[in-house]
Amino acid sequence: MNRPLTTPDAIENVSRRGLLLGLGGGLILAVGLNGAALAEDAPEKFGADGDDNGWRDDPRLFIAIDETGAVTLTNHRQEMGQGIKTSLALVMTEELEADFARVKVIQADGDEPRYGNQDTDGSRSMRHVFLPLRRAGAAARTMLEQAAAARWKAPVAQVKAQNHAVVHTPTGRSLTYGELAKAAAALPVPPRETLKLKPASAFRYIGKDAVTGVDRADIVTGKAVYGGDMRPEGLVYAVVARPPVAGGTVASFDAAETLKVPGVLKVVPIDPPKEGPPFQPQGGLAVVAKSTWAAIKGRRALKVTWNDGANAAYDSDAFRKTLEASARQPGKVIHDGGDIEKALAGAAKHVTAEYYLPHLTHVSMETPTATVRARPGGGWEAWAPVQAPQVTREVVAFALGDKAENITVHVTLLGGGFGRKSKPDYVVEAAVVSKAMGGAPVKLTWTREDDIQHDYYHTVSLERLEAGLDAKGKVVAWRHRTCAPTIGSTFGPDPKHEADDELGMGAVSLPFDIPVIRVENPEAESHTRIGWFRSVSNIPHAYAIQSFVCELAAAAGRDPKDFLLELIGPARKINPRSLDDTFNYGESPALYPMDTGRLRAVIERAAKEIGWGRTLPKGRGLGVAGHYSFITYTACAMEVEVASDGTVQVIRSDLVVDCGPVVNPDRVRAQAEGSVIMGMSLALTGQISFKNGRAQQGNFDSFPVLRIDGAPKEIHTHLIGGDFDGPLGGVGEPCVPPVAPALVNAIYAATGKRVRDLPIGATLKS
Amino acid sequence: MTKVFVNGVAQTFDGDADTPLLWWLRDELGLTGTKFGCGEALCGACTVLMDGTAVRACQTLVTAADGLRVTTIEGLAPNGDHPLQKAWLELGVPQCGFCQAGQILQAASLLKDLPHPTDADIDAAMSGNICRCGTYPRIHAAIKQVANAGAKA
Repeated sequence: MNRPLTTPDAIENVSRRGLLLGLGGGLILAVGLNGAALAEDAPEKFGADGDDNGWRDDPRLFIAIDETGAVTLTNHRQEMGQGIKTSLALVMTEELEADFARVKVIQADGDEPRYGNQDTDGSRSMRHVFLPLRRAGAAARTMLEQAAAARWKAPVAQVKAQNHAVVHTPTGRSLTYGELAKAAAALPVPPRETLKLKPASAFRYIGKDAVTGVDRADIVTGKAVYGGDMRPEGLVYAVVARPPVAGGTVASFDAAETLKVPGVLKVVPIDPPKEGPPFQPQGGLAVVAKSTWAAIKGRRALKVTWNDGANAAYDSDAFRKTLEASARQPGKVIHDGGDIEKALAGAAKHVTAEYYLPHLTHVSMETPTATVRARPGGGWEAWAPVQAPQVTREVVAFALGDKAENITVHVTLLGGGFGRKSKPDYVVEAAVVSKAMGGAPVKLTWTREDDIQHDYYHTVSLERLEAGLDAKGKVVAWRHRTCAPTIGSTFGPDPKHEADDELGMGAVSLPFDIPVIRVENPEAESHTRIGWFRSVSNIPHAYAIQSFVCELAAAAGRDPKDFLLELIGPARKINPRSLDDTFNYGESPALYPMDTGRLRAVIERAAKEIGWGRTLPKGRGLGVAGHYSFITYTACAMEVEVASDGTVQVIRSDLVVDCGPVVNPDRVRAQAEGSVIMGMSLALTGQISFKNGRAQQGNFDSFPVLRIDGAPKEIHTHLIGGDFDGPLGGVGEPCVPPVAPALVNAIYAATGKRVRDLPIGATLKS
Repeated sequence: MTKVFVNGVAQTFDGDADTPLLWWLRDELGLTGTKFGCGEALCGACTVLMDGTAVRACQTLVTAADGLRVTTIEGLAPNGDHPLQKAWLELGVPQCGFCQAGQILQAASLLKDLPHPTDADIDAAMSGNICRCGTYPRIHAAIKQVANAGAKA
């Protein structure tokens, strides 16, 4: 997700090209410019050009070769299971003409002025740096070729890099990369417009399943380093007691019993958020001890009275009624495609449905954690599993009253991210505690209860859909009221309306061929911390829309797959702007229009793979859903069995992904498989509820996620693939949205029962 | 004084009697391959072997391991070449990888007891180990691959 443009104290680099080419000259810094001011003067920027701090393609930032020929590649995006560390390395290796077996990958510290944007979110790492890193590899390869040509006093046209060496074509002589490294490094970096990228037909790594994940051997032997695994000299350990209600504060506390716990060293107050950047800690009391266990025991002994603040009455049952009331009234008009009242009035049949999706929590297996210490010689040093290391530097600097450039963030492997670790509040806590401990290294651990009860939650939403069908069963009118607290409430005063990016995640970006479409966004207030969760607003929007289409098919007496395809209509390219979608995942509407042909194709393929239309035993059904998100087209078809006691088992899942060209097929398949599991989790059991402002769940017993016994035994992924001259789509998120609607549509086919509220939970058991 | 044989090395413990094995392994012995996931034996991330059988280190006291052999992921095989580790690599099981030490040790415990598990056996034995990335299909396949290779041997 894009960082807010108005972060105070942020330094916007408004001349990224200048920095790239100038390497010291032409860099213009504008302090505190906000997005509006930038937009007036600068042409609209898309893709990586629009990311904070842009992109880099200088090979000296990413590629090093020593005199033995060992290649060290620097990975500047964050690895959280999606495989980006391997995938970016194989992209550079490909163009470098190196041997992946002789490549080592190291992790960049957080440093966007150096590396360009490092935020790892929005399913955009590969999409945004595929070409820059190919150019970096090609530039380094060119420098090696130039060095060899100079050594042989031969024209560059006579030499060719291949498999970690440069060959003199006429004579067959060759020099290894190790032999050339020093001379090549002394050459200027060739201008990017002179670089020749490899044709896809010559790829050895890109698009192949030719390599093993770079950290995989360390993972299976316990050597891989995650956020909590650093053990610097003099380490102390901390856990934090936080206000149980978002926005609450410490009224008073008594630490006497805590300080009696053996091993406890100190109780450190953490301030509540001040006016400043988002993602500051919630405040509270840190218990610092000689071991994690002593800190946990010390916290149990702490006596705290809290001021609950403005969200003390937050109750999810009551709030649902508030959302329903809001959604049943006209709301802020987002897209007005004609006279909706007239179109509805003229329809032969009306269908209205409301879909409710509760808050969710991320529960990455690694809870938030970080280790921070004062750096010898000044500044601060953090080891942390973060998706946004530059944001981390900025917020830590704000909290410590220091400058971002004095904060070093070493990014460890992330034990899952899912959007939670784009918000570095936990790193800031560790920094504040370290400062209070005189700069001693502090490892701060969130327990699972901390994680579940103090998250930046996926929003709760009420999606109300109304449609009119004509006498032939064709949809002639569509009104969608989407009503959900916005992530924008995390960044400042609650806007009470979804932002363009949230609305652009499936609500306005609706690729349906319907005469009159109207999208409204009634008001919804936020009463807790709302944040990005893998796929974000696509989850409620796709769930409601794809369920509703199935309901409309039933009302029209039609096959739901055929009906969905008819609603999408003929293959065409839709300019998202024509739908009032100004987001389009930050990508150019010209380069990335919505292609209904591709959407149709993934749906048709999913249906074919699962054997759509076949006769099933009693209690079984097939469901399908398709969705466009993160510049990628996905469809899921599911076969489910609903037992007589209401138990749901997914027998088979077919997930089809068209993300354009596929760089690392095995990792795309892995993301798709995992997305089916996560989509099933949220559909079947995912729910965070609130009473008196407090999250009612605390661990995996009350927030269950899918376990191996619930996973489909038949789980199939189908990649469409694409031409490497075409644009890339995202992978990490877009496979999640179609899963839940495919599941409830299959349940409907199996039982005739329509599930509208998530989670499904025990609703089929009554 | 408690004496535990951790990965073949005798270690002594004289800390608080209520100390979970997990925090002793991680904070005192530096064996960080064992992960904290929930603290309540609900997720399996901290799974280790005690005399060859899987236990949750977050809910096992160090004192309960007195005189016993504890195997963590670091000690499963001298060169990291246990058949399960090799199968995990070959099938590309890990995504983020955080839960995988626990998954592998749980699987090792299963195959010790049931060298030729059925699908239902695998589900039953492995359902205490959560993977939020959703690597279950590959975990299942990797265990079957090892069991089948064992059957041929």
